[in-house]
Amino acid sequence: MLEVAGITKSFGGLIAVSEASLSVREGSITALIGPNGAGKTTLFGIIAGFIPADRGAIWFAGKPILGVPAHKLARIGLVRTFQIVQPFAGLTVRENIAVGCQLRERSRVKALAEAAEVARRVGMDALIDQPAAGLTIAGRKRLELARALATRPRLLLLDEVMAGLNPTEIAELVPLVRAIRESGVTLLLTEHVMQAVMGLAEQVYVLNNGRIIADGPPAAIVADARVIEAYLGHGAAARLKGAHA
Amino acid sequence: MKTKGALVIALLVALIPLPLLVHSDFWLHFAIMTLYFALLGQAWNLLGGYGGQRSFGHAAFFGTGAYAAAMLQLDFGISPWAGLVLAGLLGAAAGALVGALSFRYGLRGSYFALVTLAFAEVFRIVADSVPFTGAGVGLQIPLRQSAANFQFADKAGFYAVILALTVLATGLAWWIENSRFGAALVAVRENENAARALGIDIDRTKLGAILISGALSGLAGSFYVQYYLYIDPRIAYGVEVSVAALLVPLIGGTGTVLGPLVGALALRTLNEVSGGLTGGAPGLNLVLYGALLIVILAFLPDGLVSLVTRLRRRHA
Repeated sequence: MLEVAGITKSFGGLIAVSEASLSVREGSITALIGPNGAGKTTLFGIIAGFIPADRGAIWFAGKPILGVPAHKLARIGLVRTFQIVQPFAGLTVRENIAVGCQLRERSRVKALAEAAEVARRVGMDALIDQPAAGLTIAGRKRLELARALATRPRLLLLDEVMAGLNPTEIAELVPLVRAIRESGVTLLLTEHVMQAVMGLAEQVYVLNNGRIIADGPPAAIVADARVIEAYLGHGAAARLKGAHA
Repeated sequence: MKTKGALVIALLVALIPLPLLVHSDFWLHFAIMTLYFALLGQAWNLLGGYGGQRSFGHAAFFGTGAYAAAMLQLDFGISPWAGLVLAGLLGAAAGALVGALSFRYGLRGSYFALVTLAFAEVFRIVADSVPFTGAGVGLQIPLRQSAANFQFADKAGFYAVILALTVLATGLAWWIENSRFGAALVAVRENENAARALGIDIDRTKLGAILISGALSGLAGSFYVQYYLYIDPRIAYGVEVSVAALLVPLIGGTGTVLGPLVGALALRTLNEVSGGLTGGAPGLNLVLYGALLIVILAFLPDGLVSLVTRLRRRHA
């Protein structure tokens, strides 16, 4: 469904993403993990058409999409959420979600009705007439998700939807993400909290210093010495092994 | 604040027989000026209120419409009624020019305000220097009173025209509140990045808004020329028009259907009252406008229309 090949992006002298390649199978949940500052959000921005890449290629559903502006990608079904939530603060929850609905729905009345339906799906129906500015951080993350879902995406890019949430809130969000996949949406998500994605994703890519250093099923990733070192520092894998022995 | 747009339109339609009830020229002039300011304010509101693109130079569109209306009948002998339509189109074209340049380069907030102000000033200087606008002398429309010539002997005729134009502008605001385009426009105002992520072409949305806003300003300019039969660069492109266009919705309530009507009524009333108080000393009414604006921004940032919701909340 999504193929990313050799994407490179530097900001001045800083190489944010270097030769990154990954692929997302239709109907799967794929995770892109890595420590803070690894370049996940930059790579996401490039895939979603928000940041131009220096080199590389991206295909979505067989079509090359690098350089296609974000709003056009949303129309063909590739939609992202933001790590730093971006609510339409002056609007209510319903109006926020309705903006997403309007991508496919011309009628305002129908879009507002559909927004209520989406709000129910993500468990926000009690908050529907609240102003978005008054939501908690967990509420805003949910709203971010709801708005993106309202556009009826084929591939949803979730940028750290779990970040900043407490364990209870994460536990509530995980089944929701699963339900979205069950409804036929392919998911690519970034996370720096590893545990959060290990139970969710089928395929995991690890980004460190802008490079993909490992990929595979979650069980293989957690045992990978390169991944442990990326998170815990050079030599950590060997020390851990020693401690276990 | 959400207003029931249909109710506002109904209110305006109910004002149609006003000239039959009010025979005083003073009050009819007051009504015409109020509606004219409401039109100008609503033009600004569609772009600045709903779209969040706060222009400081609506005179650029207003003046273009005014000069178009004047020059088309003076130099080309075109009927002022056709001139009215063309003034709207040219106002939209001026809007498209300013919009295409500033939105393309991502100018927002104060930068957009400054660029629009600069455009209006450039237009004023050009109009002041070239011969075909009559330069500093201005253009005078010869008096030939007839309805076919868009010059009415009776103020009721002008009243009917400005009421129709205001209904059009108010109808557009109502449409914005209930359409996909309007939802996109408000989304762009609230958060451009989020709007893009949800499939909204932000440049096109803003351009659409400035086109409509420019067209309505051009219509207001054309009306002004027919009402006063005179235009010069300072009136057409001066800062007074730009300030009036933004003051009306800011005082009444931006991003609402009713706001510009309320704002226009408040400003015109203040203008009449202050005329009596200050003995017509030039510039003093501007001081009052400034004071009112400060009071409104400090205590009622959502404009006079938000008073209703506030009072209702207090009594609830």
